[in-house]
Amino acid sequence: KPSFGLYGTRKTFLFSSDSSKPILPCSSTLSEVGAGLQREFGFPVVWFGRCVIQVQFTDSGISRVLGFSSLLLNCLLIVNLVTRVRLEMEGEQLTEQETALYDRQIRVWGADAQRRLSKSHIFVYGMKGTVAEFCKNIVLAGVGSVTLMDDRAVTNEALASNFLIPPEEKVYSGKTLAELCCDSLKEFNPMVHVSVEKAELVTLGQQFFEKFDVVVISSCPPATKILINEKCRKLSKRVAFYTVECRDSCGEIFVDLQNYKYMKKGKADGPASECELRYSSFQEATSAPWGRLQRRTSKLYFAMRVIESFEEANGRNPGVFSVEDVPAVLQLKRKLCEAQSVSESFVPDTLLERLVIGSIEFPPVCAIIGGILGQVHLFALIPLKFYTIN
Amino acid sequence: RTGANNSHRLFCSSLSPEFDSSIPLSLFHLPFLRLLFCLQTTSVNQLEQTCNFFPPLSLSFSTSSTPSVTLFRVSTPFPMASLQQSPAIKGAKVLMVGAGGIGCELLKTLALSGFEDIHIIDMDTIEVSNLNRQFLFRQKHVGQSKAKVARDAVLRFRPHISISSYHANVKDSNFNVDFFKQFNVVLNGLDNLDARRHVNRLCLAAEVPLVESGTTGFLGQVSVHVKGRTDCYECNPKPSPKTYPVCTITSTPSKFVHCIVWAKELLFAKLFGDKNQDNDLNVRSSDSTGSSEQAEDVFERKANESIEQYGRRIYDHVFGYNIEQALSNEETWKSRNKPRPIYSRDVISAELMQQNGNSDKAGSAGDPLSVSAMASLGLKNPQDLWSLKDNSRVFFEALKLFFGKREKEIGSLCFDKDDPLAVEFVTAAANIRAASFGIPLHSLFEAKGIAGNIVHAVATTNAIVAGLIVIEAIKVLQKDFDSYRMSYCLEHVTQKMLIMPVQPFEPNKSCCVCSETPLTLEIDTNHSKLRDFVEKIVKAKLSMTSPLIMHGSSLLYEVGDDLDDAMIANYSANLEKVLSSLPSPVTSGTMLTVEDLQQEFTCNINIKHREEFDEENEPDGMVLHGWTQVPTKPKDDDDKPPTGNGDSSKTSQTETVEAEAEVVVKINIEEIGASGNKRKAPDSRDISTDPPSNDVNEATAANHKKVHKIDDGDDEEELVMLDHWDIDTNKKQKLR
Repeated sequence: KPSFGLYGTRKTFLFSSDSSKPILPCSSTLSEVGAGLQREFGFPVVWFGRCVIQVQFTDSGISRVLGFSSLLLNCLLIVNLVTRVRLEMEGEQLTEQETALYDRQIRVWGADAQRRLSKSHIFVYGMKGTVAEFCKNIVLAGVGSVTLMDDRAVTNEALASNFLIPPEEKVYSGKTLAELCCDSLKEFNPMVHVSVEKAELVTLGQQFFEKFDVVVISSCPPATKILINEKCRKLSKRVAFYTVECRDSCGEIFVDLQNYKYMKKGKADGPASECELRYSSFQEATSAPWGRLQRRTSKLYFAMRVIESFEEANGRNPGVFSVEDVPAVLQLKRKLCEAQSVSESFVPDTLLERLVIGSIEFPPVCAIIGGILGQVHLFALIPLKFYTIN
Repeated sequence: RTGANNSHRLFCSSLSPEFDSSIPLSLFHLPFLRLLFCLQTTSVNQLEQTCNFFPPLSLSFSTSSTPSVTLFRVSTPFPMASLQQSPAIKGAKVLMVGAGGIGCELLKTLALSGFEDIHIIDMDTIEVSNLNRQFLFRQKHVGQSKAKVARDAVLRFRPHISISSYHANVKDSNFNVDFFKQFNVVLNGLDNLDARRHVNRLCLAAEVPLVESGTTGFLGQVSVHVKGRTDCYECNPKPSPKTYPVCTITSTPSKFVHCIVWAKELLFAKLFGDKNQDNDLNVRSSDSTGSSEQAEDVFERKANESIEQYGRRIYDHVFGYNIEQALSNEETWKSRNKPRPIYSRDVISAELMQQNGNSDKAGSAGDPLSVSAMASLGLKNPQDLWSLKDNSRVFFEALKLFFGKREKEIGSLCFDKDDPLAVEFVTAAANIRAASFGIPLHSLFEAKGIAGNIVHAVATTNAIVAGLIVIEAIKVLQKDFDSYRMSYCLEHVTQKMLIMPVQPFEPNKSCCVCSETPLTLEIDTNHSKLRDFVEKIVKAKLSMTSPLIMHGSSLLYEVGDDLDDAMIANYSANLEKVLSSLPSPVTSGTMLTVEDLQQEFTCNINIKHREEFDEENEPDGMVLHGWTQVPTKPKDDDDKPPTGNGDSSKTSQTETVEAEAEVVVKINIEEIGASGNKRKAPDSRDISTDPPSNDVNEATAANHKKVHKIDDGDDEEELVMLDHWDIDTNKKQKLR
């Protein structure tokens, strides 16, 4: 059993025997090391028995067979070799392998956007069905890395809407939602690094989020969302913040790109002009006085605020409802409407009832909302061509 | 009894102790129903049992202080999420056609949504470029059946459902009307017009509802087709694959795509394809030289001619000599930029020619698809723009490799976007021609996209479209006719919407597929052969696979497995005859009946004799009228609604709608196949100010009202929810 670790960004790979954060656990067996290398570099690494290692870099036109007898030496040399070839090949360009895999989408958004995409690092909290869809989409699109966090165990609800979780109890028992999703996501695209962080979300420090370009939070109380959003906003680097919630046939996405500059297409082939969007924080966006919002603001916005207030006031976990809560929710709605001095018809009862009773996710809607959230991430990178969600 | 406020309350009082569980059960099947029960306490338990039996309504019952009567409200809007348990979904038998980009997403979403009996047909095998979005497939599956691998992948997270996969073409004869009849709904995730038409006809014949879909880039579209209730897939014009006039390709290219077509259809086909195939490259060069003998010889490699000599001769002929010939016709160049002849000696020296390429690196002869001129020349990035010199080097190298490593295939090759050497050759040839005509050059990556008609595809759009398909499928299964929607995924937020729902069209009364309106064909009956009619009309336009052609009671042509030799001989003799000299002559005024037995589709064609056709605009030498296809007209005509809609539709389009229409109209390309098919953005402002005029055809008027009632653009509920039942009802009232 070799004792070693391997970590780094896509460009520099360090090799150390006492790494504090190995990508591969120190107790890795030979075949795990092989699989790890393949996952890390996207190259087929074939192991024969204990001694001979064959590395084929077919995509760069280099084909070498290496034979070694010392296990430790194997690992050292292979990492060195892989690193060198990788550096040679990569540079600022997409590899041939990437061009082949991403061919159809590069035709949509161009090689430049694909490169930027492959350098984006994403943190995801709360593995619900919609979030699983989102993760699938960005892993397929080829982001740099995805870090998952969700220590909850598998529930029937998770099994119903999250296709990343295998339904056999012997597979999922003892594992957290994040771990199970990570296992499935890794398979979708060997070029994307998917990993799990275990921690209490609210206790994470500001510097934790600095490692990421995007933070996505789902299924947690609004207070936590506000807290994380503020942490992201305080960083010197811009970290985009998204939340997503899906209930029944309805869904809500919140996007905070802070100060966001983009080029706006001029009218009738005129020159493009630079525009700046100032995004609201989650707190600002959810505490606006109702009467002053645009007249065409979706009713769902108000309904979701009522639901949030109810959960907060009653100390409920998000989405834990029963039909008995309907009267209390409706009563709270009347109170809120009164406090905001708007008519009660502002928030339709039918909509609230739907959100309370159908608090679980509806898979086709997960697919749609997860798809749109995936595009939000893409469009933040390629703003000229497509929409930005405010 | 219906309660107040149009809210579909049902008030049930004093249910007897013989409370029959089937009564409320059938009530619960109605979506969005509110039940107000006034019950004896004894009935509560029974009702409770019923509700438990039906999970969406698993309720807790609270009894009020009055002991004998309990009053409570049971169900509020029907929660969609709990539909997973609904018998309508569980018991449904669903056919999916296509397991590609949309198919993978669709199969996953269907399985998650509670569907338990899914059948899936796909003839394709998995390729590397699928893996970025067809997430059920892995590298190790490359080369395997899409339908089968998709089935296995979904069974892993839904092991208890039944999925049947067919690695076959949906046009195969075993997928006949009886096969289609067993399904409750058919869901299409196809990539070509031909198969879509075929499935449409089978669905019409089998009377099975069809949900059709398509995506390209971030644009997507989902529509529902139910016989008699909505339009069929072929009621509205579809864009046909773009064709170019012959002389633009052979003599006066002005766009890069013209050069690609020339390189792919003419030069590549001439050098490596079937020598007996008609080829305009041949015709043109012989025309211009005046000696057909000489032109024939040019492309034939002479004995003792080295591959370098041969390459140079071809190069100089097509890029040099032919251009000089063309230049001699000054008339042509009066209003055009003159091309520049290019000769190989000016671009590439003799020594360079010798060193050109290291064949060892080019790939093994055992695997033709591994042979690559780029590899042997050390060119790495397919996105790089090559110079004229590089293009010429690739041209020679590719030619050399074809003759050196793939000689056996020469004479039978067809261009294939997955054949790297073919793509390299076509890119290089197109670029050299482009350089000659002063057209900007393109990279291999771009050229491959143009030459291979590659449809842009992204995972997210497919996921969204698959979600929309499932929602429509559920409405179809619940027979919720009023809620059917066509949906468009847009690139830009339009009227605050990314996904725009539109009421489905009424059936087009003059549609030759779902109604029985005859078509008219203008054709030269004295010169066109039956073969031309079969190839250009019956196959290319009507998309028939096993056609049968009748004139009155006499059979002119037929395709089938059960024909005897005499019949086959008879039919193939007929194919070569001109229409007017067939055993039963076809002349002006004749009505032909064309039938496809598999599709159970019959179509009558009135023949009209015409002698002259415009080579540019009517390259087929015949014109079919009444067939719903986009007319080749200037761009702004795209905004016109399809046939059958009167002028009124135009007046009801406000300017804003017109601007947005561009987004909608852009939704076309092969994979979608429904562009000219312009639907109005839902906006009621114009309907309230613009009452339909009297002369409007009824169907159109009905369509309009419906289109507009979806969203009234006011500050009313704008949220596009699935329960627009309530919303629509309110709207209807408001509009009235």
